[in-house]
Amino acid sequence: MALAHLTSSSSRSNLLKPIFAALSSTPSLRRPISSAAAGDSSTLTIETSVPFTAHQCEAPSRLVDTTPEELLTFFRNMATMRRMEIAADSLYKAKLIRGFCHLYDGQEAVAVGMEAAITKKDSIITAYRDHCTYLARGGTLLEVFSELMGRQAGCSRGKGGSMHFYKKEAGFYGGHGIVGAQVPLGCGLAFAQKYSKDGTVAFALYGDGAANQGQLFEALNIAALWDLPAILVCENNHYGMGTAEWRAAKSPAYYKRGDYAPGLKVDGMDVLAVKQACKFAKEHALKNGPIILEMDTYRYHGHSMSDPGSTYRTRDEISGVRQERDPVERVRKLVLSHDLATEKELKDMEKEIRKKVDEAIAQAKESPMPDPSELFTNVYVKGFGVEAFGPDRKEVRALLL
Amino acid sequence: MATLFQGVGAATAFSASKSLDSSKFQLPSRRFLSERNASFLVVRSDGRVVPRSNARARRAEQLITNAVATKPDSSAASTASKPGHELLLFEALREGLEEEMDRDPQVCVMGEDVGHYGGSYKVTKDLAEKYGDLRVLDTPIAENSFTGMGIGAAMTGLRPIIEGMNMGFLLLAFNQISNNCGMLHYTSGGQFKIPVVIRGPGGVGRQLGAEHSQRLESYFQSIPGIQMVACSTPYNAKGLMKAAIRSDNPVILFEHVLLYNLKERIPDEEYICSLEEAEMVRPGEHVTILTYSRMRYHVMQAAKTLVNKGYDPEVIDIRSLKPFDLYTIGNSVKKTHRVLIVEECMRTGGIGASLTAAITENFHDYLDAPIVCLSSQDVPTPYAGTLEEWTVVQPLQIVTAVEKLCQ
Repeated sequence: MALAHLTSSSSRSNLLKPIFAALSSTPSLRRPISSAAAGDSSTLTIETSVPFTAHQCEAPSRLVDTTPEELLTFFRNMATMRRMEIAADSLYKAKLIRGFCHLYDGQEAVAVGMEAAITKKDSIITAYRDHCTYLARGGTLLEVFSELMGRQAGCSRGKGGSMHFYKKEAGFYGGHGIVGAQVPLGCGLAFAQKYSKDGTVAFALYGDGAANQGQLFEALNIAALWDLPAILVCENNHYGMGTAEWRAAKSPAYYKRGDYAPGLKVDGMDVLAVKQACKFAKEHALKNGPIILEMDTYRYHGHSMSDPGSTYRTRDEISGVRQERDPVERVRKLVLSHDLATEKELKDMEKEIRKKVDEAIAQAKESPMPDPSELFTNVYVKGFGVEAFGPDRKEVRALLL
Repeated sequence: MATLFQGVGAATAFSASKSLDSSKFQLPSRRFLSERNASFLVVRSDGRVVPRSNARARRAEQLITNAVATKPDSSAASTASKPGHELLLFEALREGLEEEMDRDPQVCVMGEDVGHYGGSYKVTKDLAEKYGDLRVLDTPIAENSFTGMGIGAAMTGLRPIIEGMNMGFLLLAFNQISNNCGMLHYTSGGQFKIPVVIRGPGGVGRQLGAEHSQRLESYFQSIPGIQMVACSTPYNAKGLMKAAIRSDNPVILFEHVLLYNLKERIPDEEYICSLEEAEMVRPGEHVTILTYSRMRYHVMQAAKTLVNKGYDPEVIDIRSLKPFDLYTIGNSVKKTHRVLIVEECMRTGGIGASLTAAITENFHDYLDAPIVCLSSQDVPTPYAGTLEEWTVVQPLQIVTAVEKLCQ
């Protein structure tokens, strides 16, 4: 495993500590999180586990700067996301969530790492596996669970569902059901950013299945022609629903598919690598136009709740990835090996997260279903626009029994 | 070019006469442009001129008090102001576009060959020189993605106008139009509005072949969340273009390939046409003929023959294809009790079919005879000139239908 260089100006240990795969439990001085690591913003430089592979550009450095505070935040956020998705699984099986439910567990590092590299003024748009991205953009657990259960307190007032989470103020543009359609939208967001001279970028996320959509290449072409600050991020979890990537793509090197557009292949299970890549991509896109990031990641669940996920891959493969590359575990090991927190503290944090999630679910269950009149609201924008009148110029009113 | 004016000061001038004297409205300052309460006049489809102070006042007043115009045979009931200027329909579209681009910097145009080439039908001619490459954008031939890009840009607040070189090409963007354009406002719980205008020429032209003679209004009419309007005269083309750009809803503006060179005199003053109102072309007593776009001219041609034969048809250009202006249509049905729909869509599933259903549902008691709907044949448009002629409704057929209806 990689060596970590602890460069800290504090009076703590200046020893070089080699990191091994096994958890170390050396009885050195450990202070509780609250006084030490939580507020600690001294820089840690950590090497990513896998180097970046670049296409038509210079790969960024493998050494990532982070702080203890950031690492703990990573852990907390990813653990929350993990817990949220597993809770959604149980809710679906309890028939409180219906329809389609696409879970993101295993891919949390992409959402969290990306968020760490950008601001809320930058835009993110993704497909239907959007619960965790929504959370990373500032959504609350209550809004997530309410929307999943179709209640009023949901982020789209219960009218969108699992695949239609949006948060305009935080620059999260959804939440789209049709595979690949969000990529032209994302390039449109980048166009608007260039038009308004914002100095911000747009991240358009899609999967390895969507990477074969024609509109993606159309959008990339236009983005490259017009020099748009668009970053296309392929979350390659190696399966397009039930079809493995080698059966769907003649060239599964998705980061190279941009041809004239530069690309970078990133270990998507390493949150620090994702952060570094997104930071690099943002700087690149603002200067040179679109860039493609391929995040090598993995999903533990099937494509959606109606897919067991084991008919097209072996359980050994799934548990193998979970043991070796799990993003949450990776950060846990980092935190422990750098003495940023004790095992017990992390376990307590997870317990607290579990409690928060359960509370949010309970609160969401109490939120009412949308009012029947909501059926007809938000079809059109009111104001200077349409009021669709009936024959006598009276407003259409819904009468539901 | 059009002079802008404050309706408040000018209101007093209108109560007396119907004609506008544009010399009274030379107001140098345009500082009220950006305010929402900017006043301007709306010239109604029946020729009345009404000052509008703001949207709230608009709702307070009756939207249409009298659908029947008092002027007979006003083929374009819009020439209330004699001192206007004459132009062709595509120039009217361009004028409307240019005025809106001047007014709001968020308005931009994207489409194939709209920029340096000037637009395949010259609707965007010279706009690229004036506004630059970032506001008049030449796209590659990629309808699906540039429609998606326009919609994505609209989500952030831009107001793009997406041009399909021919409406038929927008079939490639159907997913974006249906799912993203129409539904995003609803599925996001009202967070995003999509103020795009999707426009382009459609309809049967002169031997353009099957794939270039499509009528997409019938395919798009079920999409929830969008509005559809069809222009037919230079006057309403400019008015509808401006209204569509200002609307916060996604609007599809259907133009017709054969109508681009129509000439008409339009007012110098700024005006817009309401997106949901139908236009009374010719008031009458015997039969209501509902039509839109190019078929309006076939109907008017037939009307001449009918008048000679002693009939008095009421011709309404429905203009708003979604939602239908059932108020105007209803008033007409209540008066004449007979309806003939003349459209260019196919028989199956066309606008006429929906309109027939809507009228039957709402006004069945007022009808003396079943609704007759004349539509194009359910065939791909053939290339041969004679065959193409038989695909669409011809004035002679309209005359025969009215005679049969009025027996």
